[in-house]
Amino acid sequence: MELLWLIPAWPLLGFLILTCLAARLPRIMAGSVGVGSVGAAALTALLMAWDFLKHQPGRNAFTQHLWTWLDVAGLHLEIAFYLDALTLVMIIVITGVGFFIHLYSLGYMAHDQGYTRFFAYMNLFVAAMLVLVLADNLPLLYLGWEGVGLCSYLLIGFWYTDPANGYAARKAFVVTRVGDTAMAVGLFVLYNQLGTLQIQEVMQRAAAAWPAGSTMALLTALLLLGGAVGKSAQLPLQTWLPDAMAGPTPVSALIHAATMVTAGVYLIARTHGLFLLAPTALTITAVIGAATLLLAGFSALVQQDIKRVLAYSTISQLGYMFLALGVGAWSAAIFHLFTHAFFKALLFLGAGAVIHALGGEQDMSRMGGLKQKLPLTFWTFLAGAASLAALPLVTAGFYSKDLIIWQAFASPRGGLGFWFMAVAGALLTALYTFRMVLLTFTGPARTPVHHPPGLVMRLPLLVLAFLSLTAGFLETPHSLGHMRVFSGWLHTCLPEAGLAAGREAYEILFELLAGLAALCGIFGALRLYHPLAKSRYSLPESLRQYWIKGWGFDSLYDRLVVRPYIHLAQFNKNDFLDLFFVFLAWLAKTGHQTLAATQNGRLRSYAWGLGLGAAAIAAMVVLL
Amino acid sequence: MTNIIFYLAAGVAILSTFMVITRLNAVHALLYLIVSLLSVALIFFILGAPFAAALEVIIYAGAIMILFIFVIMMLNLGPPAIEKERLLLKPGMWLGPGLLAAILLIELVLILTGPGSATKAAEVPPRAVGLTLFGPYVLGVELASILLLAGLVGAFHLARKERND
Amino acid sequence: MLTIPVSHGLLLAGILFLLGFVCVLVRRNIIFILLGLEIMFNAAGLAFVAAGARWGQPDGQIMFLFILTTAAAEVSIGLALVFQLVHRLHTLDIDQADGMKG
Repeated sequence: MELLWLIPAWPLLGFLILTCLAARLPRIMAGSVGVGSVGAAALTALLMAWDFLKHQPGRNAFTQHLWTWLDVAGLHLEIAFYLDALTLVMIIVITGVGFFIHLYSLGYMAHDQGYTRFFAYMNLFVAAMLVLVLADNLPLLYLGWEGVGLCSYLLIGFWYTDPANGYAARKAFVVTRVGDTAMAVGLFVLYNQLGTLQIQEVMQRAAAAWPAGSTMALLTALLLLGGAVGKSAQLPLQTWLPDAMAGPTPVSALIHAATMVTAGVYLIARTHGLFLLAPTALTITAVIGAATLLLAGFSALVQQDIKRVLAYSTISQLGYMFLALGVGAWSAAIFHLFTHAFFKALLFLGAGAVIHALGGEQDMSRMGGLKQKLPLTFWTFLAGAASLAALPLVTAGFYSKDLIIWQAFASPRGGLGFWFMAVAGALLTALYTFRMVLLTFTGPARTPVHHPPGLVMRLPLLVLAFLSLTAGFLETPHSLGHMRVFSGWLHTCLPEAGLAAGREAYEILFELLAGLAALCGIFGALRLYHPLAKSRYSLPESLRQYWIKGWGFDSLYDRLVVRPYIHLAQFNKNDFLDLFFVFLAWLAKTGHQTLAATQNGRLRSYAWGLGLGAAAIAAMVVLL
Repeated sequence: MTNIIFYLAAGVAILSTFMVITRLNAVHALLYLIVSLLSVALIFFILGAPFAAALEVIIYAGAIMILFIFVIMMLNLGPPAIEKERLLLKPGMWLGPGLLAAILLIELVLILTGPGSATKAAEVPPRAVGLTLFGPYVLGVELASILLLAGLVGAFHLARKERND
Repeated sequence: MLTIPVSHGLLLAGILFLLGFVCVLVRRNIIFILLGLEIMFNAAGLAFVAAGARWGQPDGQIMFLFILTTAAAEVSIGLALVFQLVHRLHTLDIDQADGMKG
């Protein structure tokens, strides 16, 4: 247990080595440092997990104090790591999935100019993300939070020579910053009201100080929710994620699917004590989640770019997690986060393999027929897609999503409305997922295959495909074996959802309906998008364009925020305060030039100056 | 009688100084300056400062002017230097400094013609000068000697020709 | 003897000083500038002596002695600089030595 600090230290060390030695490191060394550091972190994390399960520390949590960070005027902050079941799940996901994505990047980035830089950023990201989930207090969490934001920015804009990528990076940074600012304000309010920022203590003191439903609890919960919404790309701050696909595909897999975007979910789960005090905030969370999953689902249905489909599907799946959090199904949300990390990383890596094979082609209308040419990629991608679409019984996504859908109805906070939206989302998910699969892998080949994926790219695909199919068996519903490994474990640190009275009887019926929805979606996709399908239904063009643009949020924000701001800035460009300072600058500059001109190096002109000065002083004596 | 000698000497001093600043040939200018310095020595004598008058003749007109002459001889300036000097010295150049000097002179006159100026001078014998010099001013004498030493070292250093220039 | 008003002595000193000053301003030959400086030194000494005579005190003459010392030191440094100017720039024109400008 004492080795806990090593987990974030490994990738940080890797980052330092890669940055300090950058140019001097041969490629093979850079790659092995980059992958090795994350691999070491993953091994350490597994060791931690084994140790944790074996010893079960008191109060089901272990805290490691490293050193004091700040100690001023009553604010005592430590660099301290806190390990409980929730954190353990997160670090295993981050280091495990992170390791396979790093391994995959060895192949994917092999011919890239910025090979070392890429691994340096990725390692820094993993370190920051681990700090985020391990943090014992909120400012340390915030440090990691900003760290992952920075790495996200750096990696979205990784191919910085294209201005569009830089724009996407800036957009992601600025939009998430809106949420970050809300979260920072939330931390200030918490400290101001409760006098501590240590997470467990905050929850204890909040429960003692604020009655359920009090305004202060609502305010802080909403501010933290703001941060989570920004990071997890939920309504209304979801616009940055589709553009974030400008980065290399492994980045999208690691940061914008598996780990960073789930930080919001983690934050809410981590501070669940606060949210439980503010039922309104929970309802808002659920509504945001439900609305987001539907909006993003519709947008994913019409995208042409394979990565954008996956991006919208990520937003949509995150919406499921928020819905689960909102109805109080904490462990269901984390379970979906867990399985989603596997199958979404797999899908991104599969898409990356396709893009790599086609020499950078991302448009699905120019793909097709890859089933025969890239069989391994096809089958693993299919596994991921089935998991995303929640194909009943055999996939992990089914068990986790099904749990959320069921809880959306059965939880005391849930209801038929949430259930209906979740099921509609499931149908949409299955539809767009198999549309993507069919467009990409079936039909006539439209682009020749250049580079089939090598061994280092295939291995992660296989491992992740295996996990995407089997990770779900950790948690199965009553009707199917009733495994409770995952939630039983998480309930050492997260409260149980519970069921509203009289609803448990419907479980089988609702599960059947949900499974049916997924099957309908898959069937619908086969009917609509299979090359042999007869009926070709197309949406009205205007609606299609509207959905492609993500429901027009970008232009809305452009009109509401960006343009007025630019106008204001332009209007204010020459304000009179500025004129004063410009005048000062002008005065200093002109005075300098005048005085500098007098220093012409000629002795006689200096003597002239002396003479004139003497004359002036004598004149003063005479005249005054 | 002494009054007439004073004004006569003053006239000679001004005239010869004027000649100093207008000469093209440096040696001529130096000779005129010696005349000027001698007449100022005479004025010192009249003002009752015989010791200062003696020093003026010995050190100013003697030692310092000799130094100038040495330098001019070492620079070996001949007729071409005079021609060059003529080029450097254009008649128009006198105008501005002359004007400035005139202004300063008028101001000086105005200041000096203030009240209580017409007192007579009293003689100060060399003995009194010597007693005061090595009495209250002994520190000043030390400082003057250090200044001369600094001048000596500085002149030696500056006048040395550097070999690897 | 000694019926001259002190102000006349001071006036003479002022005139001589201004002549030296005009010399410094007008002449470009460094030797003449040094001569002008000598004239100004001398004029200042004259002013001190005249003022000392006005009060019948030896301090004026002592100041003249110090000025003399300063002038001696100045002229030795100044003439060494003349050598350097000739050695480096091959001219006596002070306006040529204007390298130190802002």
